[in-house]
Parts: sequence; structure tokens; C-alpha cells
Amino acid sequence: MTPKSVLAAVDDDAAPLTHHQLRELYTLMAAVRHLDTSAVAWQRQGIIPGYAPGLGQEAAQVGSGYAVDRTRDFVFPTYREMGVARAMGLDMVGYMATHKATWHGGMYNPLESRFAPIQAVVAGSVLHAVGWAHGQTLAGNAEGDLGVAMTYFGDGASSQGDVHEAMNFAAVMKAPVVFFIQNNGWAISVPTERQVAGGSVAARAAGYGIPSLQVDGNDVVAVFEATRSAFAHCRAGNGPVVIEAMTYRRGPHSTADDPGRYRTLEEERLDAGEDPLERFKQRLLTDGVADEAFFADAQRLAAEEEEAVRAGIADLGPRPGAEMFSLVFQEPTPALQSQATAWREESEHA
Amino acid sequence: MPETITDLRLKDNSTETAAVGVQQASMQQALNRALDEILAENPKAVIFGEDCGRLGGVFRITDGLQAKHGEARVFDTPLAESGILGMSVGLAMAGFHPIPEVQFDGFAYPAINQIVCQIARMNYRSRGTLPMPITLRVPSFGGIRAPEHHGESLEALFAHVPGLKVVSPSTPHDAYHLLKYAATRPDPVIFMEPKSRYWQKGPVDVTNPTPGTAAHVDGGGLTGARVAREGRHLTLIAWGAMVSRCLQVAELAAEDGIDVEVLDLRWLKPIDAEALARSVGKTRRAVVVHEAPLTSGLGAEVAQLITQSCFATLKAPVERVTGFDVPYPSGDLEDEHIPNINRILFGIQRVLEYRRG
Ligand SMILES: Cc1ncc(C[n+]2csc(CCOP(=O)(O)OP(=O)(O)O)c2C)c(N)n1
Repeated sequence: MTPKSVLAAVDDDAAPLTHHQLRELYTLMAAVRHLDTSAVAWQRQGIIPGYAPGLGQEAAQVGSGYAVDRTRDFVFPTYREMGVARAMGLDMVGYMATHKATWHGGMYNPLESRFAPIQAVVAGSVLHAVGWAHGQTLAGNAEGDLGVAMTYFGDGASSQGDVHEAMNFAAVMKAPVVFFIQNNGWAISVPTERQVAGGSVAARAAGYGIPSLQVDGNDVVAVFEATRSAFAHCRAGNGPVVIEAMTYRRGPHSTADDPGRYRTLEEERLDAGEDPLERFKQRLLTDGVADEAFFADAQRLAAEEEEAVRAGIADLGPRPGAEMFSLVFQEPTPALQSQATAWREESEHA
Repeated sequence: MPETITDLRLKDNSTETAAVGVQQASMQQALNRALDEILAENPKAVIFGEDCGRLGGVFRITDGLQAKHGEARVFDTPLAESGILGMSVGLAMAGFHPIPEVQFDGFAYPAINQIVCQIARMNYRSRGTLPMPITLRVPSFGGIRAPEHHGESLEALFAHVPGLKVVSPSTPHDAYHLLKYAATRPDPVIFMEPKSRYWQKGPVDVTNPTPGTAAHVDGGGLTGARVAREGRHLTLIAWGAMVSRCLQVAELAAEDGIDVEVLDLRWLKPIDAEALARSVGKTRRAVVVHEAPLTSGLGAEVAQLITQSCFATLKAPVERVTGFDVPYPSGDLEDEHIPNINRILFGIQRVLEYRRG
């Protein structure tokens, strides 16, 4: 699958990725793969109560996240963007805190990381991206220098009305937004063909006059290049872009899911296609970009990182109950303050 | 006496503010002026919604603001309430102070997801790093013989949601000051404008938010309730359009020697529990009046707050005079639904004649 070149030619200067960058992409994917499979194991071991795995989506996530400029762009994730978070350099203990059930939105700082809080209403944050992006236009940043919002959602989420409202708003307002759909073939148990009318999510963009492209979501370089040109397109003031990365969710939707009820292992093996990580490794070997020593090193680094993150989340104690009251408002209400006082007194006597 | 002008209406090309002092203005004019000043004072304030740009809104509350402040500050959006409110979240994250409008109360329903799941929670979810200084203007309540979904009373629904604040002015003066106050707050405020009062004129003192401030509004200022009329025998508690009706009732009751106090609650969240305690502590009888349906309405919350502070001295259970538990009826029947003078007088009578079993 090759991305169609539907975007204005605004990234003529875009150089091919250097060997260093290619190796960096692999290192990130390896770290994400390791952390992701470990997080599933942590759930089984009772270290965290739940997790939404990204197995098979590493190329889509790392490739797109790598294109973000953290000095001026902003990402609006859903609950399955661990790979994007890692590619953007988030504090992964803070990220995993949401799966540890420490704090719903995660414990990282969204303003510093440029990664909005994790939230669970599918498509809920797609409109936020449009608002934030319109803010970049309103702030009067020169065209060519616009901050870009990238919003992640799935094929299932694309059925939500908010996605249609967001695409329409963005197109009318020419907001610098990249709508990044990870089409992983499934919305829990419902396959894309029972979810998306019209054949693809990307096809919808035409109705709003938004340029769109489908990209092989298992090819990290293709995803990166598609995202980079989408960013250039938005940054230059040409309005939004829709990218649909065609990928596959290997394994369950979440650690609470039982995919055996809606597909067989054989179907999963056939439909999943090539493993994006293995595929990239072979390519780097063939092109002489990296050798076995490099891959062994990447694996060792990933394992060390996982150790550190696991230790970090194990150390995360419960949040002080007072935060439950103090973080609702910037200016707490008297009723809330008296509830906090009563809670404190009654829990001290417990 | 300060200079008096009769019309606060903005001229498109005028940047002057009207003369200091008390002026007669409608609530529409007062709100329009408040928005004009908010835009002038806060470069991050933006106003948007359906038809609020060139048309100035279907109620003309944003009249002339686009011409004066430009299309970047005041803009029309596509017709999509979830879009309008969802967009507000992103604008707030980008450092703006969004002042979105939903055209009519009933059309806030399609945006409930964004209001409840996003706007109300983002500060909490982000551990205080992403405040939502959003003032959502909602033309509210009935009384204008409008079609279905144009006369809803959503205050209990909004007030029940953690993370939201709710306010409703009843006079042009309060409309002006409360809107300006709400728009400077760092938390989301649902601003419920009683649309049946848009064209009623009243005095507006733009220089003094609490004219004649007396002890009974201490700490009140703009943050609490307002005693709209002092009385000794009984307190009527109301907000929005019901305040003026309660004042009428108080006049009628006075003819029968009943001295009614009228408390304009203004803030429906947080509710000014101290003002309730103060007023009912004095009169020892209370009737809550609201347009919204009875069951699980805000009247129950008010009654409970009064019970908590005044149980020992209350002479009768707190009464409620409210709309009925019916979908908001069409124009021909809305006078039956909205508490009318008679029904409020009956409520007063029930409280006055109450005898312990
Ligand atoms: C508004 C809403 N409805 C239902 C759910 C429950 N739910 C969580 S994930 C999911 C499927 C989402 O599928 P998709 O958007 O394709 O993303 P994926 O999980 O495959 O990455 C559903 C139904 C939800 N989170 N939000």
C-alpha cells in the first residue's frame, strides 16, 4: 500500500530519514513492544488492574508520534496511544499511572509533554484537537509556523458524531489538524466492515473536502513520511488532513477482553500480516543500516527501561484523598470544602 | 444623581463606554455590553456559536460584537452543539477564554457529552494543569411560547455535575455584573439567561456590582445570593425569571399583611447556604419556586440546606412550587406549567397554615 500524494507539495525539503533516525525509530518500536507486552504481564501478575494493548500497532504509533514537534504541536490521544507517548518522550511512569488506577488522566504534565490527558470516551478529544488548532490560527502564528494538533482515534470511534462534527469544523475553519485514524481492524468485537460504511474512514474526508491518505500502518517509515507531509500541509495553513493507518490489533482489545469469542487464532494470524517490528528489522538489515549487535542492544535497553517503569509504578502509592476534593475546581465551592473537611474528620476516626 | 442614559445599546463603531452611573437597560443590552467589555478587556476572550457573528445571535445578545471586535474574536460556527462545546475545550487548552453560546437550552442536550465528560472533568483529569475557563451562555427557561426544546430548565442537571458551576441572573444589573464576573473565573460556568426577561428594562449601575450593599449581602458581592426584598414572615426563594414573579406575589401578600422576603439565589452551584440560613433563620418559613419539574429539582436541594440550618426553628416544612413532571408543554399550556401567582400564593398559604400533627 502506498500513500497517495494528495497533499500540497509543501514538504519538498523533507529529506529521507538518516540512518541514525531509522535506528532511533527501531529503538523506539522495540521499547514500545517490550513495555506493551510487559504491561499485559503486569496485569496478569496483579501489578496493574487493566491495560489496552497495542501489539501490532507499534509502527503506526511510533511513526506518527516521531513526526510531532514538541515545541509547538499538541497530541490528543485516546486510551491506546502508549507508543505515541513513548515516541514523544513522555514520562512512562506518569503515563502508566492511569493503568495502575492512580489517576484517570495519567500523572504526566500535559502542557509540558504536549500530550493531552488520557480519556476514555471514544472520539471525545477529536473536537478538542480542532479547538486547540483553531486557537493556533487565532493566535496569529504566521502560516508556515502554525502549531498542529494531531488527534488519534479508531475505526470504531469514527462512527461517533463528534468525528463528523470535528471534520466539518476543521474543514470550514481550515484548522491545522491531523486526524490520525488507526484502523486496527476491530472495535472490540466488531470488524471494520461492520463498523465503517463506505469502505474506509479516509473516504469520509472527501465529503468535507479534506485531503486524506491511507497508509500502510505496519510500515513505520511510510507512516512517518505520511505524517510529516500532513504536518507540513497543516503548518502551511492549508487546513486539516486525514490519515488512515491500516494496521491490525493482535490479541485482545483490553486485558479484560476474550477475542476467542469473535475470531480464531488462525484468522488472527492470517489477517494480521507481517509483524511491523520484524519487518522493519529485516529492512534495516538488508539496507545495512543496523546489524545484529544493534538489535541485541535495542532489546537490552528495552528490558532495562521496562524494569525502571515497573519499579516506578510499583512505587506509586495511592494519591492523597485530599486531591479528590482539591483538584475538581481551580476555585473550590464551599460545599466541596465542607465535604473535604467531613471526609478528613470521619476518616481520621475510622 | 449620576448621569442617566436610557439606552446602552452599542454602536458598531463606538469604543466609548457609556457614562458612569445608573442607567435603564434591558437584560439584552446589559449582556451585550458586558460581552463587549469582556472582549475589550481580555484579549484571550472569544465568543462563538450559531449565528452569533453577523446576526448577533437570535436574541441579539452578541449584536454588533463581530463588527467591532473582528471575526477572529466573534465567530459563527457550523450548526453542531457538541462541536461548539468540544471546540471550547481545545481553545481553553490553548490559553483562550471561550464564551460559547448554545442557541436555546434544549440544544445543550446534544452537547451533554462534551459538557459533562470533558469540560467538567478536564481540570480534575489533568490535575489542575488544564483549567477550563469556559462561560457557556444558555438562553434558558420558558415563558415565550416557543417551540419544543426552546424552554427547558436544565439547572439541576448541570448543578449535579461535579466540575461545573451554574448561575442565573434575574435583573439587567445582575446580568451585566454576573456575566463579567463569570467570564473571569478559571472554572467552567453555565450562565443561564432567563430569555423571557431579555427585553425587560431595569437600572444598571455599571460602576458598582452591589449597590446599596448592606450587611445582609455581606460576603455576597457577586458570589452569593441577593435579598431582592426584605420581609419578616416568610422567604420565597427563586432564580431567573421567577424572581420578578415572586416580587409581584410579595406585593400582593403585603396587601393581606404578610411580609414576604424574596431571596434571589443567583448561584445554583455553589448555592449560598449562608444566605438561606440567614433569611429563613429570620422568617422561619420558606417556599422554593422554580420552573423546572418538581422531582429531583433544585428545590429539593434548597429545602435540604434549609432543613440542615434551620430545622429547630422552622415553623413548617419547606414548600415547593414548581413546574410539573411533564415534558415542557407548548405555548398554550405553559402558563399552567410555570408557577403562576396563584400557585405561589397557595404555596405561601400552605406554609402559613401548617400545624404540627
Ligand atoms: C463513547 C464510547 N462508547 C463506548 C465505549 C466503550 N468502548 C471502549 S473502546 C471501544 C471500541 C473502540 O474501537 P476503535 O475506535 O476502533 O478503537 P480501538 O479500541 O480498536 O483502538 C468501545 C466500544 C467508549 N469508550 N466510549
